[in-house]
Amino acid sequence: MSSTVNVQEFARAEQREHRSRGHLARAMARLLRKKIAVVSMVLIGVIYLSGIFAAWIAPHDYTAQDYSVIRKPPSIVMDKGITGFWKESHFAGTDRAGRDQFSRLLWGIQNTVILTFIGMATGGLAIGVSLGLISGYFGGKIDGLIMRIGELFASFPDILLVIILAATLKPRLREWMIWVEDNTPLDGLLTSGVVDYLVISVALVSFTWIGTARLVRGQILYLKETQHIEAARAIGSSTPRVLFRHLLPNAISPIVVTVTMGMGSMVGAEIILSWLGLGIQPPRPSLGTMLLQNGSIGALREEPWMLLGPGLIAWTMVLSWNLLGDALNDVLNPRTR
Amino acid sequence: MWLYIARRLLWIPFLLLGASIVTFTLGHYGPGDPVVVMLGNKYEEEKADRIREELGLNRPFFVQYGDYIWKVIKPRIYHLTAGGVDVPFPFLGLDFGESLRYVGQPVRDLVVPKMWVSAQLSLAAMTISLGIGLPLGFFIAHRQGRWQDPTAVAVALMIMAIPVMVSVPALLWTFCTKLDWVPCSGWNGIFDLRILVPAISMGVPGIAGLMRLMRASTLDVLGQDFIRTAHAKGLGNFVVDRRHVFRNSMIPIVTILAFSLAGLIGGAFITETILGIPGIGRFAVQSIFDRDYPVIMAITLIGAGAFVLANLLADIAYAYIDPRIRYS
Repeated sequence: MSSTVNVQEFARAEQREHRSRGHLARAMARLLRKKIAVVSMVLIGVIYLSGIFAAWIAPHDYTAQDYSVIRKPPSIVMDKGITGFWKESHFAGTDRAGRDQFSRLLWGIQNTVILTFIGMATGGLAIGVSLGLISGYFGGKIDGLIMRIGELFASFPDILLVIILAATLKPRLREWMIWVEDNTPLDGLLTSGVVDYLVISVALVSFTWIGTARLVRGQILYLKETQHIEAARAIGSSTPRVLFRHLLPNAISPIVVTVTMGMGSMVGAEIILSWLGLGIQPPRPSLGTMLLQNGSIGALREEPWMLLGPGLIAWTMVLSWNLLGDALNDVLNPRTR
Repeated sequence: MWLYIARRLLWIPFLLLGASIVTFTLGHYGPGDPVVVMLGNKYEEEKADRIREELGLNRPFFVQYGDYIWKVIKPRIYHLTAGGVDVPFPFLGLDFGESLRYVGQPVRDLVVPKMWVSAQLSLAAMTISLGIGLPLGFFIAHRQGRWQDPTAVAVALMIMAIPVMVSVPALLWTFCTKLDWVPCSGWNGIFDLRILVPAISMGVPGIAGLMRLMRASTLDVLGQDFIRTAHAKGLGNFVVDRRHVFRNSMIPIVTILAFSLAGLIGGAFITETILGIPGIGRFAVQSIFDRDYPVIMAITLIGAGAFVLANLLADIAYAYIDPRIRYS
């Protein structure tokens, strides 16, 4: 008997949920019931926040050298109070120049955070979604054109296009920046490293937009045949209103899932670029450069923390994004629920 | 169906033309002067001008581009000797010009052996991914809701997320320093033990994707009515699995296989670079840094061509295996 009662209660609870909140809020509630999703969100939150606030959190500057502690394994100072604990411990050891690895990791995370967010916001969301909307809604020649260009970009082997772009664009952009500095009151553009950020973002964008554009297009193609769109058009809604008020909100779930899953590969691509030396330039630390400098058997045997630190961070980021994407797919996709 | 294939085939040249224009433009207007790279510290203005004249680098952009494309597609007679009989057959010339970095060497002769190396490597890696991923996916689909299912998925995902830059040194340390099974670097073909580390580092991360795909498609099949019918008419579990479940759940996998075929020649530049394997991935990256754009273009074009063909192949194979699918 008790099981029937439970079922009824459950049904009533579901009903309450349906009445009171929107689709995304309900999905969020379901998401929060998943332990893995919560853990991934917390991990992503901690890593990303510590990256963003690296300037305040990091116990040392990323270039600060201390020759008394070269190649020191991770250590924690417990007997000097809270400042001593923070300033004198080396949570992730020190590198070959006596720089605090923990601080460098935080700054490295900052680069990855900024670049992956820019790349995803511009390429995955802004460009991808709008092109997908246009392509799906208007169809015809413009659809053909956008999809053919997408196919072209997608046919480049692996992330070769990203590497080619990063390698060829940078010197050009650098020249432009020098021109801008010479001819306008703007100064310090080059030293701020804005060129690096720009180049990598463009390179990352080049391969992220296709996935979202295709996905959104598919959704729109299906949605625009439904009756509520027909009804919206019948009562005289303008095209932008139909697009942004009726079509886009209905396509939001798959977009959220793809973007989340895409963040994992975005982190990977950024690390690969800086591993190749095309990313953020030293002395600014980046996870890829750290992995490059310590990626040998010798380093792994003598000073494993130098490789394992950045490796662990990269691993956690990629894994968390993937797991979160999975969980979101579970709660948002009506077929898997 | 035939019309569909013909249309797709006709589309391929345009796609490759587009890809070649993109790379050619990037190479042409990109930084660095190939002649400066060629001459190195023996650079003299007159000499450089003479070389530009010889190589035709001082001609207008579109003339250079057109010339390049014509060389690539100009038909050439190839000779095949089968059983002592010489069989000539015409095919695209695929003359990608000469490398700028390795002066005097045709790009084709540089690229093809490296692609062969990468293909062997990818083949070994694919064997690992498929050999472990597919059976495991099939198995955990039968264990849905029990501990084996989420555990296998979680472990596979965790392994997949390990950066190659960490896994390769770790594997090397295990196999070459600790166990002393293999030499620490180098390459000697697919039958050499040294393929172990690169094959594992490339193949094992692939398990996760294949496993989950196989799991999903097996679950899909397991829920079908004809499986219940098969059980109801008294077939044993093994027979049902082998004849009804497995064969149907392999259908979506075929698509992935076709794409992996394209990936065969793509190479894995990180693994190849760390381990010093003379494959195409490493060569591609090195050429980008050397601004050796005949080589970059050749690799891009061959890669893009392989990708597009594999795409088509996947679609055809799909329709052939699953009669429900029709293209129009």
